[in-house]
Amino acid sequence: MLLSPGARTRRRLAELAGRGVLFGITSVAALAVMAIIFFIARDALPFFTQVGAREFFLSTEWYPAHQPPRFGAAAIFAGSLLVTAAAVLLAVPLGLFAALCMSDVLPFGVRQILKPVIEMLAAIPSVVYGFFALTVVAPLMQNAGSWLPGQFEIASGVNALTASLILAVMALPTIVSVSEDALQAAGRELREGSYALGATRAETLFKVVVPASVSGLFSAVLLGVMRAMGETMVVWMASGNAAQIPRPWYNLLQPVRTLTATIAGDMGEADQMTGSAHYHVLFAMGLCLLLVSFACNLAGEWIVARQRKRLRGG
Amino acid sequence: MKQSVLMSVVLGLSVMAAHAQDKLVMDGSTTVGPIAKAFAETYMRQNPGVNITVSESGSGNGAKALLNGTCDIANLSRHLKESEKKAMSEKGVKPVAHVVAFDALPVIVHPSNRVKGLTIDQIRDIYTGKITNWKEVGGGDQRIVVISRDTNSGTFETFKELVLGNDSKIVASAEYTGSNGGVRQRVQMTKGSIGYAGLGFVDRSVKALDVNGVAPSAESVVAKQYPISRELFMFTNGEPVSDSLAAKLLSMSRTEKGREIIEEIGYVPVPEK
Repeated sequence: MLLSPGARTRRRLAELAGRGVLFGITSVAALAVMAIIFFIARDALPFFTQVGAREFFLSTEWYPAHQPPRFGAAAIFAGSLLVTAAAVLLAVPLGLFAALCMSDVLPFGVRQILKPVIEMLAAIPSVVYGFFALTVVAPLMQNAGSWLPGQFEIASGVNALTASLILAVMALPTIVSVSEDALQAAGRELREGSYALGATRAETLFKVVVPASVSGLFSAVLLGVMRAMGETMVVWMASGNAAQIPRPWYNLLQPVRTLTATIAGDMGEADQMTGSAHYHVLFAMGLCLLLVSFACNLAGEWIVARQRKRLRGG
Repeated sequence: MKQSVLMSVVLGLSVMAAHAQDKLVMDGSTTVGPIAKAFAETYMRQNPGVNITVSESGSGNGAKALLNGTCDIANLSRHLKESEKKAMSEKGVKPVAHVVAFDALPVIVHPSNRVKGLTIDQIRDIYTGKITNWKEVGGGDQRIVVISRDTNSGTFETFKELVLGNDSKIVASAEYTGSNGGVRQRVQMTKGSIGYAGLGFVDRSVKALDVNGVAPSAESVVAKQYPISRELFMFTNGEPVSDSLAAKLLSMSRTEKGREIIEEIGYVPVPEK
């Protein structure tokens, strides 16, 4: 049936409008990200012109409320790094192993129960995790020193390790869930093909399934890292917030301070009217966090893309 | 028709005005907060229809709220800073201080600690990291775990002002905790710890030290003998109009009931003249 010219125009217009609306909706998300970066950078830059990057990155003297104030954030960067790294070291092997078990080792019925239970960990509010850390983990940690081999003294129960332990638990559901999905996505045909070639279950799992889903596993790890790095409430409550680099640097049993906790804890006093440098330094920290996760994301995309290319035989 | 529209606008405005009379917003210190909340509850029970909201976002945020006009009464556990006063005068806000109670900052340690008292100088040396072991001040051989309120709190400001002085920096290994209850909880859990919190938050689970030989108590605070004590303020923008809700609430601190409330919470009421 032929359409009249008017109807055709109407149809084309409707299509254009529909596309426009969809494009608009999609760009809201992208624009939000760009707006956030823009506004954070705008408020972070005055800090670098007023105080300078040198003190910020190289000094460990963090006395923002002192007169004159000191804004050395090196210890805080170290704290963030230490807590995140420890949490990732704990959560990644555990999470990947749990995902392997659930997807290829445990009976299907067990998986059907386990997965929702693990995912429930993600539903617990972080302040509840913090409270748990403070009232349950910290006292246990303090007493642990006396019965651990070596009998060393753990002076304070809130320290980098307490925060890392809780962060690891919080990152687990993300890692387990995403990597389990990735392993499932490898497909039944691949597994059956491997068995048909005479491979054992273990060989199939580690030489076929895991390599085939490695990019998914990698995104799972990356999401876990970002979850641990960006968490605020738990580290504010459980890390002790001492702006120091532990001695030796890997001593997780000393309190540390992280970027996120500093932003949360200092925001109220760091007013535009009272101490402008203190206000802007928190944005500088936010900008650094943003750039790091941005870099992580980009690196992740790159590695995943390269992996896909390799698997395709390109 | 036009007239009825005008009438309804006028009526609406007058309803809004009456509404404003029955509403009061308080914001600020977590230390003064319990007093404000108890006053508000008592007042609202006696005068149904009145709506008083109390937020506890810290002294600094309270001052900010008064500056921005987002609260009627700002609760502060410290004096206004010079910078805050300046910002207020620039914006035409005239802060008026009302002392509602006294508070003391007891210095607390784990109940098992042998030390009974410290001097202000010793406390300062502990917080600045010159003294790091309890045996240096007459206690057992144990590392001192220094616990402080976060630098955003009025409690920290007061401690800094009354104990540390302007030139001392807290040792980098000091832990920071976001609430008075949190400090008590950390001290009661940690053997070698030292901390400070408002008088109202100190109970039997921790040990309050004598400072310069004076134990923290209502009497020693009112007599101005206990060295680490302070006044608790409520700030209004200008003197509150007599008979206004703000004026009524502020005057409560001088009434029998108000003094009872303040004592119950653990602070010291302003002595009668």
